[in-house]
Amino acid sequence: MIAIFFRRILVAIPVLLAVASITFFLIKIAPGGPFDADKAVSPQVLKNLNEAYNLDASNWEQYVDYMSGLLRGDLGPSFRFPGRSVTEMIATGLPVTFELAFYAILIALVMGIFSGVLAALKRNTFLDFIPMAIAMIGICVPTFLMGPLLVLIFGINLEILPVSGWGQLPGDKILPSLTLGFAYAAYIARLSRGGMLEVLNQDFIRTARAKGLTERMVVIKHAMQGGLIPVVSFLGPAIAGLLAGSFVVETIFQIPGLGRFYVEAAFNRDYTMILGTTIFFSAMIVFFNLMSDLAALWLNPRSRDAS
Amino acid sequence: MNNSLWSDALYRLSRNRAAMFGGFILILLIICAALAPWIAPYSYSYQNLSLGASPPSTDHLLGTDVLGRDLLSRILYGARISLLVGFVATGVALVIGVSWGIIAGYIGGRVDSIMMRIVDILYGLPFIIFIILLMVIFGRNLWLLFGAIGAVEWLTMARIVRGQVIGLKNQEFVMAAKAMGVSNLSMFRRHLLPNILGPIAVYATLTIPQVMLLEGFLSFLGLGIQPPMSSWGTLIKDGVESMEEFSWLLIYPGITFTVTLFALNFFGDGLRDALDPKTSDN
Repeated sequence: MIAIFFRRILVAIPVLLAVASITFFLIKIAPGGPFDADKAVSPQVLKNLNEAYNLDASNWEQYVDYMSGLLRGDLGPSFRFPGRSVTEMIATGLPVTFELAFYAILIALVMGIFSGVLAALKRNTFLDFIPMAIAMIGICVPTFLMGPLLVLIFGINLEILPVSGWGQLPGDKILPSLTLGFAYAAYIARLSRGGMLEVLNQDFIRTARAKGLTERMVVIKHAMQGGLIPVVSFLGPAIAGLLAGSFVVETIFQIPGLGRFYVEAAFNRDYTMILGTTIFFSAMIVFFNLMSDLAALWLNPRSRDAS
Repeated sequence: MNNSLWSDALYRLSRNRAAMFGGFILILLIICAALAPWIAPYSYSYQNLSLGASPPSTDHLLGTDVLGRDLLSRILYGARISLLVGFVATGVALVIGVSWGIIAGYIGGRVDSIMMRIVDILYGLPFIIFIILLMVIFGRNLWLLFGAIGAVEWLTMARIVRGQVIGLKNQEFVMAAKAMGVSNLSMFRRHLLPNILGPIAVYATLTIPQVMLLEGFLSFLGLGIQPPMSSWGTLIKDGVESMEEFSWLLIYPGITFTVTLFALNFFGDGLRDALDPKTSDN
């Protein structure tokens, strides 16, 4: 286990450095400077701006500069918001995005595992068909449609929940979390149903039943441990998807999180912000993938004993 | 190509009602999209500003948007872009993924492990961010969008194809062909490719909805299709902006998009079950 962990970390570091370098040079070859969108600036001001942000130096110097800053956790100043550093902006947005992602994952796991396991146990009854039909809806209705629809129903027509914001009005966290969580609940329901069906037919389940365990014990102690491995493996990649989902959800509900900052930075061509968040997101996703792979390995007795 | 495999599969597919229904909707949509200039009640550029946003009526079956444009016509024209992105980007993913998978699987050894290592590493990266990055840097261009989405979606295809090729590699007919000195290229074309068409077809069908979702997502954020072109994603984006007063502008494009994704998923699932009966009971 520990050896695998360190081997994967060793691979992850050069990958992240490569991501940082590629992103850096992609942005350097981008047509147009970061200050082009502003109303015409005098050449003198432009010169000063370029000097202030060290844009006059050669690309190579800037690269070395940036990478050494990166190793110290300094992602440079934001082009759009003078006086604020990218690290600072990530630090303000991150807790909000994390909270949103946490609620969404919680909703997805509770709803998904419950309905998936139930569907597997009550196979081919309406307790199987109805949750699975709902899961199909969850997969086919994209987040950017689900969010507005929920707003339309609960926020505008029924007027029972706030339509935007985060932590300002009571209940304003419900709709964003549901929007983001629902799609994953659907995937998790399908995965846990499939995983459970596979495990429930195996010999050790029959043994567990034969030694007189209650059905509840068989399901909770024996079947779910193996049956939910696909769900655990899915969680790593799901974090990447949650991130993309947070772009949409934070835009719809006007939530001041990292996702919205990123989308705004993309519109504003705030290159340092784009660069910094890209590197940060990549690091986060590599980390979560690693965690979910390790958890899946650990849950699977065969690979656990082998290592 | 094994004929009985395909005719069996076709038979099984024809018995699957959900899949047939999905296929029917898809064909209908493709025809509508292809014939949009002839069947759309109003032209692409038609605009009746004085009408503004009007609810569905006999003149405008699905109503008009805030600029007085006929929504039904916009959905029909949007279908062209949305489906085009879906098919072309999937095609790009198919070409990259299949070539990558065949080469890795067939050559094997060191080449294989390096190639698949690359796939593993790319899997772990937040590609959606790179697509956004590319769109920001190089402008929001339709062809770039195809390429960028295709370049992301090929990874799973490469894994599937590689697995299939490794299974085929040790079979007698492949070894016989090799012994007879068939060149690598014709080995790929004549012997390997026809035998893995099934999984490729299934996965391609299931990739199309993913690609369309991705395009919708980008267009929704304003980073995908740009006006004056419109896709279903941009229609939904426009609909959201005015949904408080004119909810039909969100609801009809939303229904169209969702129904299409349903149809593609049902058809893809049906195709998978038909070609690979082993998995059909899950």
